[in-house]
Amino acid sequence: MGTVVIRQGRVIDPSQGIDRVADLVIRDGVVLQIGPWDGPADLEIDAAGMIVAPGLIDMHVHFREPGNEQSETIATGAAAALAGGFTSVACMPNTEPAIDTREAAEFVYLQADRAGYCRVYPVGAVTKQRAGRELAEMGQLVEGGAVAFSDDGSPVESAEIMRRALQYTRMFDRAILNHPEVLDLTKGGVMNEGFTSMRLGLPGMPAVAEEIMVSRDILLAADTDGKLHLQHLSTAGSVELVRSAKRRGIRVTAEVCPHHLALTDEALESFDPVFKVNPPLRTRRDVDALIEGLCDGTIDVIASDHAPHAPALKELELDRAPFGMIGLETMLPICIKTLIEPGHLDWMELIRKLTINPARVLGIDRGTLRPGAEADVTVINPEVTWTIDPERFRSKSRNCPFAGWTVRGRAEYVFVAGELRYRAEAEPPQLAELKR
Amino acid sequence: MATEVSGPAKSTELWTRRHLLDLEHLEPWEIEAILDTASAFREVSERSRKKVPALQGKVVVNLFFEPSTRTRTSFSLAAKRLSADTVDFTVSSSSMAKGETFIDTAKNIEAMGVDIMVVRHQTPGTPHILARKLQCSVINAGDGGHEHPTQALLDVFTIREVKGRIRGLTVGLIGDIAHSRVARSNIWALKKLGAHVIVCGPPTLIPRSITKLDVEIAYSLDEILPRCDVLNVLRIQFERQRGGLFPSIQEYFALYGVTEERLRRAKDDVLLLAPGPINRGIELTPGVADGEHSAVLRQVTNGLAVRMAVLYLVSGGQPRSAAE
Ligand SMILES: [Zn+2]
Repeated sequence: MGTVVIRQGRVIDPSQGIDRVADLVIRDGVVLQIGPWDGPADLEIDAAGMIVAPGLIDMHVHFREPGNEQSETIATGAAAALAGGFTSVACMPNTEPAIDTREAAEFVYLQADRAGYCRVYPVGAVTKQRAGRELAEMGQLVEGGAVAFSDDGSPVESAEIMRRALQYTRMFDRAILNHPEVLDLTKGGVMNEGFTSMRLGLPGMPAVAEEIMVSRDILLAADTDGKLHLQHLSTAGSVELVRSAKRRGIRVTAEVCPHHLALTDEALESFDPVFKVNPPLRTRRDVDALIEGLCDGTIDVIASDHAPHAPALKELELDRAPFGMIGLETMLPICIKTLIEPGHLDWMELIRKLTINPARVLGIDRGTLRPGAEADVTVINPEVTWTIDPERFRSKSRNCPFAGWTVRGRAEYVFVAGELRYRAEAEPPQLAELKR
Repeated sequence: MATEVSGPAKSTELWTRRHLLDLEHLEPWEIEAILDTASAFREVSERSRKKVPALQGKVVVNLFFEPSTRTRTSFSLAAKRLSADTVDFTVSSSSMAKGETFIDTAKNIEAMGVDIMVVRHQTPGTPHILARKLQCSVINAGDGGHEHPTQALLDVFTIREVKGRIRGLTVGLIGDIAHSRVARSNIWALKKLGAHVIVCGPPTLIPRSITKLDVEIAYSLDEILPRCDVLNVLRIQFERQRGGLFPSIQEYFALYGVTEERLRRAKDDVLLLAPGPINRGIELTPGVADGEHSAVLRQVTNGLAVRMAVLYLVSGGQPRSAAE
């Protein structure tokens, strides 16, 4: 594979506390050094003005294979991830059938290898068939390479099952990723319950439905000392609960999604099912609290919850259309727009939540440019301006809530294990129009 | 055969809307323009010859995804009185071809040369989506728990006709506010025209955030009765509820049922409205529904005039020239 030199980029690696302009040298697929390089190179990239980061990690995606390949496959999802700057993703097990056996987990690796885009880590189901009744064969799933456990798409509803899952997984030190939602309280809902849902006459999903399960899970984590990760937090109350749990030393981590930072429930005024997502878009007050949680470290991870749905499904009536939006190919610019541009986070902190933090939650040896690490690298152009056009996405689906937005920043080069797997087009065509 | 529009139509402000999707986004003068136009058509309906040629050659389709004999018949008759050709489609989700969306269904019908589509659907926002996807005019004839503009317009029209004004009146909306499109549309119209609105029902049927619309919340009907000039008694939307929102129909009736006895606490000239098919014996007694305060039948008559006005205006007619 030889030597790759990424010259004179701003190298930001939160795992080592590095933020400086330097050469990054990769040899035979691993990071050799961060520092000046005069030796020969098989590939040189001029990264002046760009950010050189550890390959980004999205620990919450839904690839619909097996079962719903018309919406996404592991190959198309991984291609979308790569184009978004992600070298590793963790895919949720709510496929049909669910990823609840060793073979199913191995199938994910097999398909990802065949596709050859980014790394795809399977998350195993907590319960058999995600039915919430008995634990899946977690040991076998770990053998098959499952990096964590989740019944996402649904919460682990039973407190007893959740407690046992947190206890049982202690022997593997694998996290339980829970989707916090008390289904009793959200049944029939299509959006956040509040002023907007009242005005639109749409059935609501109250914030308290999320917060009750967040607090239950925190209490169970304290009780079991299990490894708890709370998915896609969306309410101010949830952030406060996690903040105080962390203060008390309880082992819990949490993630938020870019759409919960960029949009509010007022988006539903269009009645467009593209804005129907679970947890639902909340209020300005919740958005501010999520950002505050990111700033003070209460929230560890930003993840997309990339949830593709074939176009026909999102043409259904709001109450019949499925929940979910895609996010892999817009995550980076939306994070820049909502967090970097207003000055909430600096690049070091943003990249931390997209690299080493999710790597730690998943217990995978990624998200670092430490010498000797496999060279997963994302070169980010932070300035390039472009207009989001879902028709150009690698994803099979188009349910993107940001179509038509003009944004800044994108992945320019993406390396997986030292191999250049993705390169952005020379210049986004939309940019030329903007210059005029 | 020109009929002058009664009331203060503003000649400087011309009607430009091609759709009537909700009342939330109408300006007060637009609501008044509809009411004034309806007044003109109301006179037409009292003539022996009830037809005007305003929509001659136009096609009006009633596309109902949720059954409703009353609203559909009212729209049909309104369109016929304007000399339009009318077609009714009642579509149930089971009768839609597999994989066909409501958008496909509407586009197929539109392709037959439709000028105005009157849409009723159980899901909020469906008429709004169709207005974006179709070329023809779209009128919302009720979308889930969201809005039912023509019902509220006919309610307000009836109040104005009986009371002579809207501004300064106190109107009580009684019952299932949470799930009622009629409540929402009434609140918008009444507030825009200057009425004071009280919503009254059990807390499980009244979203707290509704106070942001500058309406008063009350849980005791007996307490508010003496203050109300108008009572609009809403139907319990059993089909839109999750159930368990009140303990029993008997208890609901005991607390909120409008009975002759209870009405004695009300003003002597209280006006009683009840939209659509009421659940007799739940929201109000038969005696009250047919009693001296009730405007239930007048509402039906006025519904026709209001729907004529709406059809006429979205097709490009102007308030002043109505009924010519
Ligand atoms: Zn989820």
